[in-house]
Formats: sequence, structure tokens, C-alpha cells
Amino acid sequence: MKKEMVCISCPMGCHLTVEGEGDNWTVTGNSCKNGERYGIQEMTDPRRILPTTVVIKGAMISRLPVKTAQEIPKGKLFDAMDELSKVVVEAPVKVGDVVLKNVCDTGIDVIATKTMPAV
Amino acid sequence: MYDIIVIGGGPAGLAAAVEAKKEGVDNILILERDRELGGILNQCIHNGFGLHTFKEQLTGPEYAGRYIDMAMDLKIPYKLNTMVLDMERKDDDTKVVHAINEEDGYMALEAKAVILTMGCRERTAGAIGIPGFRPAGVFTAGTAQRFINMEGYMTGKEVVILGSGDIGLIMARRMTLEGAHVKCVCEIMPYSNGLTRNIVQCLDDFNIPLKLSHTITFIHGKDRVEAVDVTQVDENLKPIPGTTETIPCDTLLLSVGLIPENEISRGAGVEIDRRTQGPSISELCETNLPGVFAAGNVVHVHDLVDFVSQEAALAGKGAARYVKGHLEEDINFTTVNGDGIGNVVPEKITVANLDDSVNCYMRVRKVSTDTVINCYIGDEKIATKKARKFVPAEMVNFKIKKSDLEKYHDGELKFVVEPKEA
Repeated sequence: MKKEMVCISCPMGCHLTVEGEGDNWTVTGNSCKNGERYGIQEMTDPRRILPTTVVIKGAMISRLPVKTAQEIPKGKLFDAMDELSKVVVEAPVKVGDVVLKNVCDTGIDVIATKTMPAV
Repeated sequence: MYDIIVIGGGPAGLAAAVEAKKEGVDNILILERDRELGGILNQCIHNGFGLHTFKEQLTGPEYAGRYIDMAMDLKIPYKLNTMVLDMERKDDDTKVVHAINEEDGYMALEAKAVILTMGCRERTAGAIGIPGFRPAGVFTAGTAQRFINMEGYMTGKEVVILGSGDIGLIMARRMTLEGAHVKCVCEIMPYSNGLTRNIVQCLDDFNIPLKLSHTITFIHGKDRVEAVDVTQVDENLKPIPGTTETIPCDTLLLSVGLIPENEISRGAGVEIDRRTQGPSISELCETNLPGVFAAGNVVHVHDLVDFVSQEAALAGKGAARYVKGHLEEDINFTTVNGDGIGNVVPEKITVANLDDSVNCYMRVRKVSTDTVINCYIGDEKIATKKARKFVPAEMVNFKIKKSDLEKYHDGELKFVVEPKEA
């Protein structure tokens, strides 16, 4: 199998060509190791970081920005949004605090991306 | 009297203040009109910030948080909810910043140096003149972003986006994840103005069509948007009759460009470069007014916040040197955009202020491959910038060595897009 894609690891946007099958892939067109990792990952198990918000009570504003601590499978983005829509946290929150453990059984936590004091 | 007043507490203002403090200037004040520091990054909850600065992918609030922490660690004073009305320069070179807030009322704050870091604002429906009514449901992409990400209000369910700048692309994904149906993104140009990675992860991932060479020719609906007319345009960007499609929607987001916010700069007599619509600056970000510096999106609109921080650190360094009386003011070189280049920043260079090189930032006018950007002084080529591809959406950072400039005493640096030599 052969596929051309644009690497999204960073804003460089390298044009990759990924070729191979099973456990055997070669990536060309990348400028760094991240590009190779991304190319192979995209063919075998595409994943994305999910940045979104959850409801926060007792803070200056009503939404707390959060993200998955690591990439989660692309196919689970909408399920994760559903799960996160039910989460309500109380201020104060510090950047890096876990707001939801093991989102959608991925083994990956969702963490706060902003420090929000209680008001 | 303050040594340095920084107008705007976003990424540029924070980086400038932090650098000035590190250079040994203590008496600094940041003025911020919002209720918190961090500027626009607070609503940019997506990741992708900080790869250059921190070597990791941060979200906007995380990136801002790092700089806020640095400013707090250095105990740099700031005032929130403070609107700067005006700035003037007195005959003895003192700067007076007129500002207002609920606590202090009206203030006339004096400073030796001022750093302008007010950022930019979005072009609106009025700015691009779309025919039709003015119903509810037409938002700039950034306004919708603030409503959704900070206030918790969803701005619509059936969405069309005009403009494929990064904010438009990011909002296409954001609204899709929040349950809206984004019907398409229209772009009047034959190429996108956003980063390629955003096309992939914001549109392709969610099968959102990108209609290049298409624009919106009519907004239907009187109280609320009911539909928009999407029409193909020709090479002169004129709508082609017979190609109009009416797309029902309740929301139109506009991502049609950003304008540096320079009311205060203009009022103070800062010279504006009509190409960037921001102040003309030197290698250390000084404007034509001695002791008045400018950096970040108020100077020219950047694609990456990392470069904003880099530029603003130069402004902080420049302002610190000015306060201490160490800033050289003899301009040796000016920069100019030749064929294929839209604008160049900085506009002027004092070689004595450089460490070992100067970063010249520029935008090309159109997409090209098999080209290079050459830098000339007179007829002599002094440097070449290579890239696989040049696109207007991605600012080019062309580094010129101090040693190359020192071979000439003064002159004009002209940047030109030319075919790659075989």
C-alpha cells in the first residue's frame, strides 16, 4: 500500500509518502523523526490530540479548556466529546490537573490546559 | 515615571516585558484591557503552539500560561481591565500614556519607553461588503471562537465559513466537534490561506469540503441567516454568472483577514508601513519615534505565536537598551520588497545593534515552487533563501548575517523572488 499525506506533527507540513504493509513501512519526504512516526501511525492507527472545553463552576468564566494528555484514536473523537460534555469541574483548577481519567477506555486522561482560580 | 510601559498583555507584551526585565530594567508596567493576561491565546484552545519556543505542542492557554508564569516569577506589575486611550510624546522625550479603568479612574502614566503590543483585529462583514441583509448569525470566526470556548455559547448548527485562514479552519473543526454541521469552507483565492496541517486536521479529517475560488455573493434572511449564495469566481476574483448555489444555513463565519490594531500608534505619530498596516520598525523593533517600540501582530500579522514571542523579545531588549542609553540609532540599511514579495519586516536596520544576524520576515505574493528569495544590495546578491515551496500563508524568515552586512556601510536590502538557478 502507498499513500501520500501531509504531516501534521508541526507547522512545517512536510509532504510524506508512506509505503508498505503490516509492520513494514517506509516513510519518505519527512524532515524529522516525528514525520516518520506520524506517517506510520496514520497508516496503522490514526490518532489525534483532542482539545476542547468542559463546564467549570466558581471560576471567572464558565468553560475550562482541556486536552487529551496524549493522542486518542481518531475514531473515538466524537465519543470522547460526548463523555466530556457530562463533566463539570469546580474551581480552582491548575494547568495539568486531570479532569477525566481514561476517556472512552483509551487509557488516556483528559487534563486542564489553564489555571483557573476560584472567584 | 516608569522605565517601560507595555500596552497589551498578550503573547507579545508578555515576552517583551519578560525580556526587558531580564535585561535589567525593573520599573515596568503592563496595561491589559481584558480581565486576564494572555490575550487572544486564551480563546485558542487548540494545540500546535510553542514547537519552536518550548519544543512541544501546547494549546493557546498553556503557551500563554508559560509566559504569564515567567512574568509573575519576575514580579512584573500589570493592570487589568485597563483601556489605553491615547499616547503622546513630550518635548523632553517623555511618553505619556492616557488610560482608564474602574479602580484608578483616569490615569496619565509617564514612561521613558513604550512598547506597543496591541495585536490585531478581524476584518468584518462590513470590511468585505457582502450584499444582503444584516441578520443575526453572521460572526467573525474569532468572535464565535470566544463565545464557544470561553463563554460556553454555541453560535449555530448549520454553518458556512467564508475564508480559509487558520482561524476559519480551526473553527470548522471546533464547531463540528461541538455538534454543528459545517457545510463548507469557501475561499475566494485559488489556494488556501491557512497552514496545510490545518486543512488536513480540521477539514479532511471531518470531510468538510473546501471550495477554492468561491465566495459568498448574498446573505439571505432578515432576522437570522437562512442561507447564503456561494458563487465561483474567475481569475480576476469576479463572480461567474450561472455558478451560484444557495446553501441553507443559520450561521456564517468570516475568516477573511486580520488588521493590526494601530489607533494608538497613529494618534501618537508612529509611521505606518502601508504594506503591513503596522508600524515601520527597526531590527530591535523601534518605530520612527525614539523610545517607542512595537512587536507582534500590531506590526504585521504572524502565523505562529513563537515568532511573535521572538520579535517581542527583541522589542524588550531594544527598550531596555534605550532606557539605559545604549541603543544605537544610526540607520545603515532599509529593506524593500522587490518582485514577488508583499512586505518585509524590519523596515530599517542599525548594524551596530545586531548580535550576529537579523531575521527579516516577509510574505510572498503567490504560491511558487522551484524559486528562491534573493537579497540584493544594489546589484550584488548577498544572500539566498531556499525552500521547497513558498506560499503567502506562511511567513518566510530570512536570516541575514551581520558579517554580510558589515561588508557594505549602508544601502537598501531588496528581496526578490527569482527562479532557482539550475
